[in-house]
Amino acid sequence: MSVLIYTESEGGKFKKAAFEVASYAKEVAAMMGTSVTAVSINADDPSELGAYGVDKVMAIKDDQLTAFSAKAYASAIQQAAAQEDAKIVVVGSSADSKFLAGILAVTLNAGYASNVVALPESTAPFAVKRTAFTNKAFAITEIDTDVKLIGLSSNAFGLKEAEGAAAVTPFEPSLTDADFSVTIASVEKATDKVSIADAEVVVSGGRGLKGPENWGMIEELADVLGAATACSKPVSDMGWRPHGEHVGQTGKPVASNLYIAVGISGAIQHLAGINASKVKVVINSDPEAPFFKAADYGIVGDAFEVLPQLIEKLKEFKANNA
Amino acid sequence: MKILVCISHVPDTTSKINFTEGDTKFDTNGVQFVINPNDEFGLTRAMWFKEKQGATVDVVNVGGAETEPTLRKALAIGADNAIRVDAVATDGFFVAKQLAKVAKDGGYDVIIAGRESIDYNGGMVPGMLATLIDANFVNTCIGLEIEGTTATATREIDGGKEVSTTQLPLVIGGQKGLVEESDLRIPNMRGIMMARKKPLNVVAAEASGAAAKSVKFEKPAPKGEVTLVSADNVGELVTLLHNEAKAI
Repeated sequence: MSVLIYTESEGGKFKKAAFEVASYAKEVAAMMGTSVTAVSINADDPSELGAYGVDKVMAIKDDQLTAFSAKAYASAIQQAAAQEDAKIVVVGSSADSKFLAGILAVTLNAGYASNVVALPESTAPFAVKRTAFTNKAFAITEIDTDVKLIGLSSNAFGLKEAEGAAAVTPFEPSLTDADFSVTIASVEKATDKVSIADAEVVVSGGRGLKGPENWGMIEELADVLGAATACSKPVSDMGWRPHGEHVGQTGKPVASNLYIAVGISGAIQHLAGINASKVKVVINSDPEAPFFKAADYGIVGDAFEVLPQLIEKLKEFKANNA
Repeated sequence: MKILVCISHVPDTTSKINFTEGDTKFDTNGVQFVINPNDEFGLTRAMWFKEKQGATVDVVNVGGAETEPTLRKALAIGADNAIRVDAVATDGFFVAKQLAKVAKDGGYDVIIAGRESIDYNGGMVPGMLATLIDANFVNTCIGLEIEGTTATATREIDGGKEVSTTQLPLVIGGQKGLVEESDLRIPNMRGIMMARKKPLNVVAAEASGAAAKSVKFEKPAPKGEVTLVSADNVGELVTLLHNEAKAI
């Protein structure tokens, strides 16, 4: 009857989202009067999850699962949920978690609420708050099935450390060839850069930067802050920056702690995509830019004058607060 | 090759979002509806297959009669047949079950859905549909090539991309990248005229309970005023971000 969670790891290390999902599940389990069981896949030290409220870890070690396979991962999680008789299953909002969630919902015969941002409003009926209309609104969604699947939004709940230790038990799901019918041929991933999905801070540039040759400032600012770089839709459409950096309604969603927009006017589609970020800063030479209505902090000024100063001041700040 | 493109009928990206009936229903008053952008990228890629490799392209929507103009637009862009499953699209699981019935009946090789609709953002239909019909599945798909019965699909992952190969039948959750924004087609007069004559079959929904339902909507709390910092005093921004916003 425990709350079952899938805790994502990469290269054996848990992602921050794994601890966030654990923190969330701990409080859901408390509301339901039950405990938290986690599934880990090829994590080096599954017991780490104890610090975020997990009671038991079903630790899978399987070379077949070194590369992500949505179907195989979903099958493993489903088998763990069945063994635990879990009625609530929680996953994160990474590209991989969203990939497997639809499959998992069918195999669990579970109603699925994605992009959930808060603890359940009630447990009977089971109702959760999620973002809808690309962050222009929230929906209270009731899940009516016996088993319920929740996709927790990144950075929405935060980390809550807990007392206690997690009991780690090995788990060996039975997987078949059919679970590996999509075969990975190649992966291209910038290992030295923070991804937009994982980033605490995102620095984003728009048309105001005038051309791709001026992106050095954006990258330098991102470096100082340990941030991911992003861009507006026109910038990716003109080919100044790769599509993977486009954030907004038809691009990637951003839910960082800090979002800094440089030379972005703030079209409604852009604002929708980044609205889940907690603190928003805009730097734009046009005081009438709509972004100023959506931002927490703003500087009306020329990016080419403001950014070098901002980078300098942040370097000083980092040096003094190291 | 038979391709099915799943089309969501959604408010235009510039729409102001409001609710009615005690915040329980989306207020469609004055809202322009369009083909869901993620679906339109997929539809345009399907047109490419039709023209370069020879394929028939059907489009399907689960919705009431009010969604037919959106299906007609897809026909005007170049789809061959349209199917409307006559039901209120209550939740993703329900929609996936309806699409699974259409997919099974039609014997499609490739089914293209958007990775998510821009209204409810469930992001669940493609994966559910693939699993219900036991087809292979690639989500957040930004590139698709098909050779015989083998597909090569590129998927956007966090911080990069991944190329995989698999066999048809295949369901993809598509998005921008399948084609570029500049490849999207605006229907011309001839397309619009032809679309009027193309078949739009209305089929009854399969009986199925809803797995979930949105019972109430809320709008985000109104934002406070922006705090402006002078361009001559950039250091002040650093101080505010640290002391007040606690963001650095």
